[in-house]
Amino acid sequence: MTSKPIYGLMAEFDNPSALVSAARSARNAGYRKLDAYTPYPVEELHEALNLHKNKLPLLVLIGGVFGCLAGYGLEYWTSAVAYPLNIGGRPFHSILSFIPVAFETTILAAAVTAVLGMLALNGLPMPYHPVFNVERFALASRNRFFLCIEAADPKFDRERTAKFLEELGPREVSEVAE
Amino acid sequence: MSRNFNVSPELAQDIDALSNRARIAGGAALAVCGVGAVASPDQFLRSYLVGYLLVLGVVLGSLAILMLHQLTSGAWGLVIRRVLEAATRTVPLMAVLFLPLALGVGRLYKWADPAVVSADHLLQIKRAYLNVPFFMGRAVLYFGAWSLLAFLMNKFSAEQDAAGAHPASDKLQKLAGPGLLVYGATITFAAIDWIMSLDPHWSSTMFGILVMGGQGVSALAFVIAITVLLARRKPMCDVITPAHLHDLGKLMFAFVMLWAYFSFSQLLIIWSANLPEEIPWYLRRFNHGWQWVGLTLIVFHFALPFVLLLSRDIKRDNRRLTAIAIWLLIMRWTDLFFLIAPEFSKDSFAFHWLDPLAPIGLGSVWISYFLTQLKRRALMPVHDPDLEEALEHEPAH
Repeated sequence: MTSKPIYGLMAEFDNPSALVSAARSARNAGYRKLDAYTPYPVEELHEALNLHKNKLPLLVLIGGVFGCLAGYGLEYWTSAVAYPLNIGGRPFHSILSFIPVAFETTILAAAVTAVLGMLALNGLPMPYHPVFNVERFALASRNRFFLCIEAADPKFDRERTAKFLEELGPREVSEVAE
Repeated sequence: MSRNFNVSPELAQDIDALSNRARIAGGAALAVCGVGAVASPDQFLRSYLVGYLLVLGVVLGSLAILMLHQLTSGAWGLVIRRVLEAATRTVPLMAVLFLPLALGVGRLYKWADPAVVSADHLLQIKRAYLNVPFFMGRAVLYFGAWSLLAFLMNKFSAEQDAAGAHPASDKLQKLAGPGLLVYGATITFAAIDWIMSLDPHWSSTMFGILVMGGQGVSALAFVIAITVLLARRKPMCDVITPAHLHDLGKLMFAFVMLWAYFSFSQLLIIWSANLPEEIPWYLRRFNHGWQWVGLTLIVFHFALPFVLLLSRDIKRDNRRLTAIAIWLLIMRWTDLFFLIAPEFSKDSFAFHWLDPLAPIGLGSVWISYFLTQLKRRALMPVHDPDLEEALEHEPAH
């Protein structure tokens, strides 16, 4: 074992419930910079890792409000200001008939913000990530469940964290090269 | 594995107390309504119609959601199934409560007045459908269909409890699909008969589904309130988790949006076409003070619940979710009032003391009967194939 800097320590588990309880223990032990990798979504992990609160809902709301105002504004400007046309005697500013388009642009802008915001917040696309340096990590898309405590965590200590992870009963604990 | 989901003695006591109070309050309110019926029978029938349709919405919405759950399955439906079933067992009571409306047809609906029909060419043409004997026949048919569906859904469910999952679960699923079609068809015509024909010149093809969307809101709001009540005592306090409420809250949210979507679509189509047979229905509701009722619906039946129900935390909170549910029941009454009352007071907003009293009386008497039905069976379907999944701490929907 050399003293080369590492990205973190990774523990491999057989089933999701072992992973969830390990994640809970790690958070209870004070670790904050940790992440879990599973072949399919595990609802309880969100709770265990405290991942529910992020900025994405706020971004989507802002995107939606912007889409609504922009869509409605475009309709208002074209139909009532720039090129008013008398359509069957309806008022130029017809709130009712403007709603469907404003509704669609709301959804469009909110959905685009959701996708782009998600990518921006989780840093995708990411051509290189250290966790792939662990050979067995390929199983994360098959039938194994991984918990990684990152070296950037203030509580991280190569020896003590490794010992802590061993105590959680994993199949294996491995170091993740930078 | 043996689990006991029978109504616990503490819960039975709670239910009895609530049922007694509801029966006394409802009886008193209906007695006062009876006085009102003698004093001004026309007004009584109008207020009674609104109140009746509010309660009927809870009953038939429950029937529809019960069948919907058989088609889709999921933990959300299992924990409320006994509440829904108890609500559907009140269809016979609803048939009895329909009698005042059947007796008052001549006072409520102008197409039933020969003098009006003889002066109106369109009503003479519509007489093939809009006449009193056929109206009564259709009502008998609706109640027959709803009673049959409710009876069979409850019978198969009892079989599932007694004999285990296999044959009864299949029967429930096979009935649910055609049952929903029957529900859709009967509600569409019942909505035409009982609400739309108040203005016999008016027609809207989306009216039936608009009423169905409203019934979905009513039923889910009621079920959420009852579920939270049951979750205070054994056995349901060990069953209901925030995740269940979260799912029910999401469904109520969906039905609120569906109702808003149907309401808006009907308005947009009629407003765009601007036809002389259709637009007067909305012109009445845009003027003379009725527009404020409409605005109330937009803000408090749609916008406010929409914003509140977006929040995950609110949907997982017993108290706040119940508050929204009860609020939505009040808004359901307001919506029905908005559909019906302007037909009788075209030139000015009108509100009578019988308007709130009739739904309170009908609702209380109905809840009292509903609670006695709810008490009769275990609160969870013990042999449902999805039971274990539903009892997990965080069910995976």
